[in-house]
Amino acid sequence: MTHGSRLRVPALTRVEGEGGLEIVVDDGQVTEARLDIYEPPRFFEALLRGRQYTEPPDITARICGICPVAYQMSACAAIEDACGVTVPADIAALRRLLYCGEWMESHALHVYLLHAPDFLGYESGIHLARDHPDAVARGLRLKKAGNHLMEVVGGRSVHPVNVRIGGFYRAPSVSALRALLPELEQARQDAAETVAWVATFTFPDFSRDYEFVSLRHPDEYPITAGRVVSTGGLDIPPAGYDRHFTEFQVPHSTALHSVLDGKTYLTGPLARYSLNSGRLPAEVAAVARAAGLGPTCANPFRSIVVRAVELLYACDEALRLIRGYQPPDPPAVDVLPRAATGYGCTEAPRGLLYHRYAITADGTVTDAKIVPPTSQNQRAIEADLRAFAAARIGLPPERLTEECERAVRSYDPCISCAAHFLDLRVVGS
Amino acid sequence: MILVIGIGNADRGDDAAGLVAARHIRDAAPPGVTVTELDGDQLTLLDAWDGAADVYVVDAVCSGAEPGTVCRFDGSAPLGARFKHRGTHIFSLADVVELGRALHRLPVRLRGYGIEGAAFELGAPLSLEAEAAARTVAEQILHELWAGG
Repeated sequence: MTHGSRLRVPALTRVEGEGGLEIVVDDGQVTEARLDIYEPPRFFEALLRGRQYTEPPDITARICGICPVAYQMSACAAIEDACGVTVPADIAALRRLLYCGEWMESHALHVYLLHAPDFLGYESGIHLARDHPDAVARGLRLKKAGNHLMEVVGGRSVHPVNVRIGGFYRAPSVSALRALLPELEQARQDAAETVAWVATFTFPDFSRDYEFVSLRHPDEYPITAGRVVSTGGLDIPPAGYDRHFTEFQVPHSTALHSVLDGKTYLTGPLARYSLNSGRLPAEVAAVARAAGLGPTCANPFRSIVVRAVELLYACDEALRLIRGYQPPDPPAVDVLPRAATGYGCTEAPRGLLYHRYAITADGTVTDAKIVPPTSQNQRAIEADLRAFAAARIGLPPERLTEECERAVRSYDPCISCAAHFLDLRVVGS
Repeated sequence: MILVIGIGNADRGDDAAGLVAARHIRDAAPPGVTVTELDGDQLTLLDAWDGAADVYVVDAVCSGAEPGTVCRFDGSAPLGARFKHRGTHIFSLADVVELGRALHRLPVRLRGYGIEGAAFELGAPLSLEAEAAARTVAEQILHELWAGG
């Protein structure tokens, strides 16, 4: 996509969350399933050129109100890579703690208010709350705990202001973090109950033969760092991303599609879990097993169970990190610019988030590339929808629309809330 | 407790109208009135007004009306389509009010104003219409606060 054509996209600030789906039926067969979405990050890449190398964490945080930390962390990782800096372990741990808060917020929101209504036959989270107030209150409690964690570490719960290249502007005190322990203990219990709750849902039999892509870290379930791996054998550092992943434009979407060595792939909770379930702590792994999960999961509808397991893991990890916390001193290390290109990948709640920045010796950003997980997952979503709709093409249009909306929500795209109002068109011949 | 909440994103043009109104009110509110600002996640409204009996909310709206148009709502009934837009928020103000109603987490008295915006682009300034409307809304709420509700 050229810069000029990017500017012709209608005002992105007001279309966040809108999506459409077109299914083409030819001679009784589904020949096309097209997901049409709009992605702001393309706009931000141009905004970043000419800015100072210290600015991308704050600028890119504005791409998304749900996962600003993911953008900040991938930006920091890429720019520090360009500058040849590796932050000390205590700063890396504090970043991981902040990220746990975002996973809690995001996963709790999706599990309870966006996805669970599908399984329980409700039009929305509001309707679910009318009949199941205790369950929704539990979800909001979890989200609030994540909010508080982000406030203490990040300065505020949306678009944190405490993150900078090299670390943090200010390290939270031990007492401020320890004050969160009772709420996080409650959150851990709520998360365990969440796993048990969603495990009782009924799931369509729809397992797929995915090529999963996620980070993998030698010692931990991946959030902030690791190599990019796939079930097809890929195993590369973030710097190798552009040699294997290719973005390209399709006529029906303003968001670029992406392929891995020419193949469709999926990133996100199913991929993370399937490639890293062996790295979950024993207690969390036991809860996952009790919920019916094996070491891998390839049914997108069961992603709600995986998300709940990750919610539990995020609570668990936050508790562990706070109990071992000592404020990093200084809270940030010096990061001096140099003429180089840097690469960063972290695991946003929705999946792998790749950033690349080229900077000059005086720290000016000359090029930026951002590949969000929703963009990467479009082809897999469309492929799944083709198969999903093909098996249901005889359904009345209203029912088919509902079923396809459910399918789309399973991937927790950034268009989740608008997907509740998905505009489905069936073109038949 | 009487609470005034301004909602908006300071970096998105007229989306900041609610914040601007709240700042006007903060400067001239009678003693005992708390004024707060929310940026982004409207679900946090449920916590923000927890424990407050009397709450005013001011937010920008995008309904297609003339920029600067002011609409008033009373939380005792659903807010209607004008407050349904999601924009950069996950849930609209109307959604959050209904969620609060379902969970019995609405203040005893919830009132508010919507200010129709003209432009919501990243980095855009507040439009003259929205700025004037924010001042009008602030004056109206201040009048009610000083008059004792």
